Amino acid sequence: MSLALEPSVGPATTKQVTRERIAGNVQRYGAAIVLGLLLVVGSFAFPTFPTVSNFTNIATQSSFLLIVAVGMTFVILTGGIDLSVGSVYALGGILAAYGSTWGIAGAVLLPLLVCGTVGILQGLLIAYGGMAPFIVTLAGLLGIRGLVFALTNEGANTPLIKDASVTALGQGGLLGLRWPVVIAVVVVVIGSVLLARGRGSQTVLAVGGSESAAVLMGLPVARVKFSVYVVSGLCAGLAGALNAAYSSSGVPTVGVGLELSAIAAVVIGGTLLTGGRGNLIGTTAGVLLLTVIQNLINQVGSLTSSVQAVVSGIFLAVVVIIQTVLSRTQRL
Amino acid sequence: MTDQLSTAAPAPVLEARGVGKTFTGVAALQGVDFTLRAGESLALMGENGAGKSTLIKVLTGVYQPDEGQIFLHGEPASFAKPVDAQHAGISTIYQEVNLVPLMTVAQNIFLGREPRNRFGLIDFRKMQEDARALLATYDIHVDVRRPLRSLALGMQQMVALARAVSIDARVVIMDEPTSSLEAREVETLFRVIGMLRSQGIAIVYVSHRMDEIFAICETVTVLRDGKVVHNGRLTDLSRVELVALMLGRSVEKVKRGGVTAFGEVKEGEGEPVLTARDLSRKHQISGIGLDIRPGEVVGLGGLLGSGRSETLKAMAGVMQLDEGSLTVDGKRVRSGSVAAAIKAGVVMLPEDRKAEGIVPNLSIRDNIVLAALPRLSRAGFTSRAKQDAIVDVFMKRLRIKAASPNQVVSELSGGNQQKVMIARWLAMNPKVLLLDEPTRGIDVGAKAEVQALINELADEGLAIVLVSSELEEVVEGSARVVVLRDGSVERELRGSEVTEQHLMAALVGENHAPADESPAEIKERL
Repeated sequence: MSLALEPSVGPATTKQVTRERIAGNVQRYGAAIVLGLLLVVGSFAFPTFPTVSNFTNIATQSSFLLIVAVGMTFVILTGGIDLSVGSVYALGGILAAYGSTWGIAGAVLLPLLVCGTVGILQGLLIAYGGMAPFIVTLAGLLGIRGLVFALTNEGANTPLIKDASVTALGQGGLLGLRWPVVIAVVVVVIGSVLLARGRGSQTVLAVGGSESAAVLMGLPVARVKFSVYVVSGLCAGLAGALNAAYSSSGVPTVGVGLELSAIAAVVIGGTLLTGGRGNLIGTTAGVLLLTVIQNLINQVGSLTSSVQAVVSGIFLAVVVIIQTVLSRTQRL
Repeated sequence: MTDQLSTAAPAPVLEARGVGKTFTGVAALQGVDFTLRAGESLALMGENGAGKSTLIKVLTGVYQPDEGQIFLHGEPASFAKPVDAQHAGISTIYQEVNLVPLMTVAQNIFLGREPRNRFGLIDFRKMQEDARALLATYDIHVDVRRPLRSLALGMQQMVALARAVSIDARVVIMDEPTSSLEAREVETLFRVIGMLRSQGIAIVYVSHRMDEIFAICETVTVLRDGKVVHNGRLTDLSRVELVALMLGRSVEKVKRGGVTAFGEVKEGEGEPVLTARDLSRKHQISGIGLDIRPGEVVGLGGLLGSGRSETLKAMAGVMQLDEGSLTVDGKRVRSGSVAAAIKAGVVMLPEDRKAEGIVPNLSIRDNIVLAALPRLSRAGFTSRAKQDAIVDVFMKRLRIKAASPNQVVSELSGGNQQKVMIARWLAMNPKVLLLDEPTRGIDVGAKAEVQALINELADEGLAIVLVSSELEEVVEGSARVVVLRDGSVERELRGSEVTEQHLMAALVGENHAPADESPAEIKERL
């Protein structure tokens, strides 16, 4: 006797299956589709929009947030949150500037070392101490920003980067793309491969999907939760260092509110805020979407940046509504 | 392995000797001896609170025993974590499927041990092939690339089982695996269990369903109050004897008591306290009318999908109505508002007490007064003394067994949790109590207590509507039964008509019980 497969409720209609598949795809690629539409509409509306220099600009502006958002995606996939990334980003920039006295190695390794340690501490408290990610990383947000100001004489100093090899890391590039863009692409590719085919990523998804089940299956839940905060710290530090190299200085006030942009980009990109499902292509589309909206509003010229914030906010709200509707459809 | 099976008594795979476990001064297990042999299927029986769950948790490394020793293949073993037990070959299938719903079937089966290619990356193709092959050995054919949550619960359970066994399990412990399965799925499960046993895998089976126990188990261990009261072959026992062992009562007493603990039931008198007219909601119920009088228990019969739960939900204000009216004591109640229903005196005990009822991490006291808080508060402050008084009254009256009112509800047995739920609603001074499957998932003894309680409450003048998928419960507990079919009232049984025979005939929409279909067959369709 063989057992035919029946879906959860009632017999499967092909209509239901199709609807489920469409819903799943919209959730996955929705941000990319909207991004495409926006690019087309923007190109027709503003002649100054579809230019090579404008697109390179968008790419550079997006690259820093994208690197941060990659780390954030891993955190959110486990069902966690990292609010500290904005402050860690600033710390990374300051340390890159100070470290640049030892050349490019110092400018990159010092921020990675310190920001990675911040991730380790937060990860330890969350994964092994059983504390809430929201609180631990909120403490990180406040504390690290304080540290940044302490390192810069209450924010009065803006350490400049004089080493040419370091500024080249920000300003130079490959095939017309700046290094931060190239590095961001590499980070996304590595992250995507790990997420799709890496072994630990299965545990990441399992923890976000059902932590109790993951524990009962004997998966290394604590180790994975710990790791994602380390990855997030490293990503934020790297992005901060690249931004400092790009602007030739470590500015203590950068990255305020960056954590929220990163979370927004991740969620717009189709990753469930509750964890368990998501991908980095979506996150990339989410980041680009935020930058393109900003760019288009700048094209209008007469609109202020507050308008951009309102539009981004509406966007996020719409995405969350669509996500909720879609996940309901899929549970039919 | 085959040698082992052919000998009269294969070597024990898993043993517990003199195991004891105490929680905050209460002994959950005392001197428990337990033996499981290769290929054996053992029923672990006992009322809720008898220590079954604790014993399972000790055997699977969730708890560590305070006394005694666990032996695995004759060697002393101790499991610090559930993973240790899993690695030692002891897998557990829980009542709720403990897999990741968003991930695919194949991913779930191979989580934590994914096949990898030479670059160290996961080889999804091989994973899917292996998953397909593994499931095929149990004659289960599903698309392994589908997310787990898109499968029926029974199939999910089967995937969990396949996963457990593929991790080289020698012992599989099943804790009420069938509670959410349909009859056909249970059949498949039993077939798989048979295959596992022929491979020499030992099964520990926990269930409240006697039919299943007698169908698939060879031996039985009965626990009562944390001690083993019986160990032996199941074929040597009759059902009544088994129940008597579990309850610790004599066989005669169990027989005399009948199947349920309901006393005499009578129809209510006087004006109906609740009148429902023409309750309708698209695709669910249409034109349902009911009158409930004080002091009577009205059974609401119907097959799954007949609209019985929906009717209760409509009356309790949980479900919005398209049409129809609900009147309590002559006053119209706004539909679709739980607050309005409660204010009018209509309260409902939901079917799924875990999901819709208890707040597991709160104490008994907090759970009981939860709904009554608005009534007990003045200017936003609640009176602790008033709360204590209410909690005290109901704990005594409903005979809730607990160390203190401050004990966390999740530590109580299913029966006691149900009583806490009932207490919560009684604390609201309701006029009408709607009960949806009040005895599901609770053991024989607690069931009897809840049934007796329903009787008492009706005698005190409460109007009660009872929904149950157990026919004898509806028949013996209700004075009259309103039978629903396809969302409308099929017929009403009163007086001498209230028998299982009549009820079953009405359930399937026939005026007389058909001759060619046995009651058992009709039951099957429930």
